[in-house]
Amino acid sequence: MVTATQETTTLPVAPVATARRRRTRPGSRRGHLPLALLLIAPAVIGFAVFFAYPTVQGIYYSFTDFHVLSAPNWVGLDNFKQLLADDVFWHSLWVTVYFVLLSVVFGILISLVTAVIMHRLTRSTLIRGIVLLPFLISGVVAAMTWSWMLDPGLGIVNSFLTKLLGHPVLFFGDSALAVPSLAAISVWKSMGYNAILIFAGLQTIPATIYEAGRIDGASELQMFRRLTVPLLRNILVMVVILTVIGSFQVFDIVQVTTKGGPQNASLVLQMYIYNKAFSQFDFGYAATMSLALFAMLIAITFTQLKMTRAGESDLN
Amino acid sequence: MATRSVTARPSVGRVLAWIYLAVIVLITLFPFYWILRTALSNNFALHTDAGSLLPVDFTLGAFKRALGLATVAEAQAEGGSGASLNTALYLRNSVIYAGVQTALVVFCSATAAYAFSRLRWRGREVVFSILLCALMVPAIFTLIPNFVTVKNLGLTNSFAGMILPGAFFSAFNIFFLRQFMLGLSSEVEEAATIDGAGPLRVFFRIVLPMCAAPIATLCLLTFINTWNDYFWPLMVTSDESVRPLTLALAVFKQASPNTAVDWAGLMAATLIAALPMLLLFVVFGRRIVNSIGFTGIK
Repeated sequence: MVTATQETTTLPVAPVATARRRRTRPGSRRGHLPLALLLIAPAVIGFAVFFAYPTVQGIYYSFTDFHVLSAPNWVGLDNFKQLLADDVFWHSLWVTVYFVLLSVVFGILISLVTAVIMHRLTRSTLIRGIVLLPFLISGVVAAMTWSWMLDPGLGIVNSFLTKLLGHPVLFFGDSALAVPSLAAISVWKSMGYNAILIFAGLQTIPATIYEAGRIDGASELQMFRRLTVPLLRNILVMVVILTVIGSFQVFDIVQVTTKGGPQNASLVLQMYIYNKAFSQFDFGYAATMSLALFAMLIAITFTQLKMTRAGESDLN
Repeated sequence: MATRSVTARPSVGRVLAWIYLAVIVLITLFPFYWILRTALSNNFALHTDAGSLLPVDFTLGAFKRALGLATVAEAQAEGGSGASLNTALYLRNSVIYAGVQTALVVFCSATAAYAFSRLRWRGREVVFSILLCALMVPAIFTLIPNFVTVKNLGLTNSFAGMILPGAFFSAFNIFFLRQFMLGLSSEVEEAATIDGAGPLRVFFRIVLPMCAAPIATLCLLTFINTWNDYFWPLMVTSDESVRPLTLALAVFKQASPNTAVDWAGLMAATLIAALPMLLLFVVFGRRIVNSIGFTGIK
């Protein structure tokens, strides 16, 4: 999604002249159309029915008062007006942005440092594998495990904190801590994945660049700032975009731990949309909010791609 | 790389870096240990010694409860809520959901990728670019209309309803396999064609086997993603006969009263839910680690 496809012409195109016989050669222009259509048919049908059609449908629903049981009525811009005046929507948007900021800033920082240190110290697949472990389990399992460890009465973290502070900390029950706690779980879960993506990017940087830097007397920290980070720009942009898009759509961790509480303190946008659609069956309004989310994600992605000149590499 | 020889001497920075890495590994692994430790504890006894690093009053009771092997009386005697989790059923559901979905979507992606890379036909690049647009659409946006579609087809609470939306098309999978197939040498293919093999035969006998490694990678990644999927199954199912394990876990937690959560039972169930992925990882660890680097570079 981030990098464009440049490699479209790598197939050697055989001369067309010999393709007149009954058996067509791989290079012939016409012979494969029916077979190609057959082979792409499932993908095209899947795309049309479950991506293109619902996209159009979703845009349509956002202009209706669709409630599942009755047919949708066109209500024009009513949903959008409601959205602008909906304090809970703006609150949930703010909660989401706060969650995204925490996840991205801390997530990327820790992943980057971990990847650089792994790259410098060891090639061990075992350590990379261990770091990746949380990525393999579901958000539900991660959320369940942490809600047990952070439990105010019996959780190991709190039994430690109680000895230290004299009182337990209500990670999910305290409005100020709910979102940071959720972000911490999300960082714990995705850190290893991001670290391995960055690690792979580090391996593409030629060692000679570092040797040159060292000869010029650069310290490890200087090389990290002046060489590693700029040369990793492409992969960092991708990791940031993936993390932003992923965090904007956080749901399972919230659903298992706080359900948006206490008092909507951790009501992320996706949770609010889900409540609107499946508790109140207000599909039209839920679709309007999803459309707003969609628009924001596209805007963020394009701005980031533009601002960071992704796609260009300093290595070339 | 070559940096190793220069930094090999012990230094303060190096020691600090190792300490950092050790802390990261510890924070990563500790919750997994804690799941196991809690699952092997007696739920009542947990209250007496919450900070113990070893299982408290060691018992396999939590696993029995989680697997639905304990009677209600037995479960309650060990601090269970009496709520049971039909783990075998949910495991079966998860295996069907993730297995069928993975097999279908990877196969359909492979045939499409073959058409987009090795066959020559008019409109190839245009169709491919249109399909790639799906990468831009966030899941949440298509979820509600897709739910309506599945509902109108009468497929809620069925495997078909859970599987269909993702069964035929994955932009990422097609893109991933196409990149690989573009890089295959065409000589073997041409030789087979001269020997009279049609393009379909070439696909099944030559291209598919040559793509075994990236296909295995995709199968693993798709399987992991589907196994851990939560939102879509939550939307289209309410009946436990088709609900996958991740969902059942969340329901199991809600079923136990807030005052006395059966944490030991929950952690046993959690471990059972995570176990298939952990086993996959033990078998294919190196491949998963390397393939994630590869998918990142593209």
